[in-house]
Amino acid sequence: MVLSRLRRGLARTRNRIAHTLRRLGGDTSAEDTLEALEELLYTADVGPLAAELLAEAEGALNRGRLAGPGELRGWLQERLAGLVAGPNDPAAPLALDGGPPAVLLVVGVNGSGKTTSVAKLTRWLQEQGRRPLVAAADTFRAAAVEQLTIWCERLGVELVRGAAGADPAAVVHDACAAARARGADVLVVDTAGRLHTQKNLMAELAKVARVAGRQVPGAPHETLLVLDATTGQNAVRQARMFGEIVPIDGVLLAKLDGSAKGGAVLAIGRELGTPVKFVGLGEGVEDLEVFDPAAFAAALLDPGGE
Amino acid sequence: MLENLQQSLSKVLDRFRGPGRLSEEHIQAALRDVRRALLEADVHFQVAKDFTRRVGERLLGQERLAGVSGVQQATAAFQTELAALMASDQPALPKNPRHPMVLLLAGLQGVGKTTAAAKLGLWLTRRRNKRVLLAACDLQRPAAVEQLRQLGERLGLDVHAEMPGPGVDPPGVAARALAQARNGRYDVLVVDTAGRLHVDQELMEEIEQVGRAIRPDASYLVLDGMAGQVAVDAGKAFAERLDLYGVILTKMDGDARGGAALSVREVTGVPVRFLGVGEKPEDLEEFDAERLAGRILDLGDLVGLVEKAQEAVDEQAALDDYVRMMSGRLTMEDLLQQFRMLKKMGSMKKILGMMPGMGKMSGLLDSVDDRQFARIEAIVLSMTPKERLHPELLDGSRRLRVARGSGTSVGEVKRLLRSFQDMQKQMKSLGKMMRGGRSKKRLLRQLGQRGGIPNLPGGFPGL
Ligand SMILES: Nc1nc2c(ncn2[C@@H]2O[C@H](COP(=O)(O)OP(=O)(O)OP(=O)(O)O)[C@@H](O)[C@H]2O)c(=O)[nH]1
Ligand SMILES: [Mg+2]
Repeated sequence: MVLSRLRRGLARTRNRIAHTLRRLGGDTSAEDTLEALEELLYTADVGPLAAELLAEAEGALNRGRLAGPGELRGWLQERLAGLVAGPNDPAAPLALDGGPPAVLLVVGVNGSGKTTSVAKLTRWLQEQGRRPLVAAADTFRAAAVEQLTIWCERLGVELVRGAAGADPAAVVHDACAAARARGADVLVVDTAGRLHTQKNLMAELAKVARVAGRQVPGAPHETLLVLDATTGQNAVRQARMFGEIVPIDGVLLAKLDGSAKGGAVLAIGRELGTPVKFVGLGEGVEDLEVFDPAAFAAALLDPGGE
Repeated sequence: MLENLQQSLSKVLDRFRGPGRLSEEHIQAALRDVRRALLEADVHFQVAKDFTRRVGERLLGQERLAGVSGVQQATAAFQTELAALMASDQPALPKNPRHPMVLLLAGLQGVGKTTAAAKLGLWLTRRRNKRVLLAACDLQRPAAVEQLRQLGERLGLDVHAEMPGPGVDPPGVAARALAQARNGRYDVLVVDTAGRLHVDQELMEEIEQVGRAIRPDASYLVLDGMAGQVAVDAGKAFAERLDLYGVILTKMDGDARGGAALSVREVTGVPVRFLGVGEKPEDLEEFDAERLAGRILDLGDLVGLVEKAQEAVDEQAALDDYVRMMSGRLTMEDLLQQFRMLKKMGSMKKILGMMPGMGKMSGLLDSVDDRQFARIEAIVLSMTPKERLHPELLDGSRRLRVARGSGTSVGEVKRLLRSFQDMQKQMKSLGKMMRGGRSKKRLLRQLGQRGGIPNLPGGFPGL
């Protein structure tokens, strides 16, 4: 499942890590093992948190809680899996009981994979037996609406769109009404990419959420932040600052099919407690999986080869 | 970009301050901090490791020089290695291109290639007076062709676009775009391509074919400024397929640190040529490596200046003044004091030469020399104590009096006042930035930790 898909993605690349981790196999010294793990953590974008984890690991070893260096990797894997939560109920990762329509808001920085993820989520909802409607609230980027239109045609789902340059909140307003009129039970909202440091654009996002809430009590019922797995430590800032504007219910970690491992979500999990709900594993609508912390941790420490 | 890195490095250098020598223990601790700072800025693990190793070797293998402080010696080591990391000799565009010049953009998904293509087109048109044709070769992402077409239309740039369909492949589109560029007497062809994973062999093969079809004068790797460790592997993989000329680093208007670009430069030798600094089409800047390197190199002189300043003034008084000035309550009295302190420390020009970011200072300090300093001092001294505290009191008649009293002109007085106002504004925003809403006590502590910075002449907000 997830693990095998992640493995497949990772297997496509053979890098230094594979070599390094092979040293983890036999009876290597604690120092060697820790060094190999260090490289692994840092190259997976775990960031400064890695230093802490390694100190902890060393401590556990020295205090005899681990039988030997050979146990370090297993210990670390478990520790990593504990840092970031998946959905409470993997069978129902999204809380979309509200509405109708329940509103699913998709946000993130430019190019992180929002629109593609909206398509993937819409298809996933269809498979769950829901009746989704999509709102194109990116009225800013050139051809953003056209992009989403193509996806929606492929999925056979209706799309509510505003004129180019229209107020995205107005599009969401109309889409809520349209969802009711057409009997859709979930409204999936694609938003324009914005850097978390852009005050006016972040204010615009707050307004989108507010307007949704006025149209449907409790909306947005789910807000997903789409993070690019190839992003480094900046991902932590993104999560924090988007969260200050719209409460984030979960992360969708896109582009995990490359060699990037998305280790920044560990710091996000620890600092903000935000769970990761989905991972994106390709450019097709079917390339979406529910996030599993154990599989993620295993993939992160996977040497990369078979 | 890299300001954060610069800051942490200057903090690290503080370790070498004081009477202590360049002890091995000091060096090891500092190197650990440097490595951490680099990793936090998304510099690649291996690059950070090699960098600290090189600096370490330089420091440890060195005899402590007589007459040179520990901090100076450490700084020199950092400088040498940083300079090597940043060095670049060529301009943003390739020299001696063919006609039409062909520029190819490639990179991972979502890094901003299409936007960069449009921005580059506009930049070439406006700044270089070129007739530009854009080619839409991203046939993968839905509506990518449409996106470039719309951008071109909005910016008045011609676009070679074909409807995606069977038999239409990127190398073919690129070749036909080149033919159109030749026949249509365009000066430059800018080719946008689909985003691709560097581990996707099939698509990497495709980009190589695009390259073969049009033989670009320059291929640019478009890199997300927020990219993490994967940037290096991606850079290497693209460099294997295309003869990369440079990196276009995007999304640098946010709080990205751009450490990934530094790593790509180090590992592949491909330097940054352009920076994307906003969503607007004109938000593209030529990257000036020398300027950035210069700024980082200024670090050393900054540290030297701090040391000098430390000798010259009383620490606590300076700290109090600094906090007040950071709140935007800079007065003429302060200005005078700062200037006097500078005078004590040595010749004006030498000091100014040490200040990083001096280029930013407008008017007053641009071409200041010791003679001018004397005139500024005379102007301030001709003000009443009340006027020095509240320069806004200086209306027309008072300005005339001050000009006469100081033997200068009303124009000069006005210029000083204007510069002073700018300075006050800058100090205030700098203060806000540093404080970030924290209490005065915290600020004091923060300043204390930054070791010596409070003693810097407050009149130089360019810092
Ligand atoms: N390999 C891979 N590519 C992805 C994935 N998700 C999205 N992409 C690609 O990333 C690029 C950007 O995706 P979009 O969905 O347009 O991103 P966006 O966040 O909507 O972009 P803006 O609206 O411009 O901010 C496209 O080329 C997508 O095909 C993924 O999980 N894996
Ligand atoms: Mg989009």
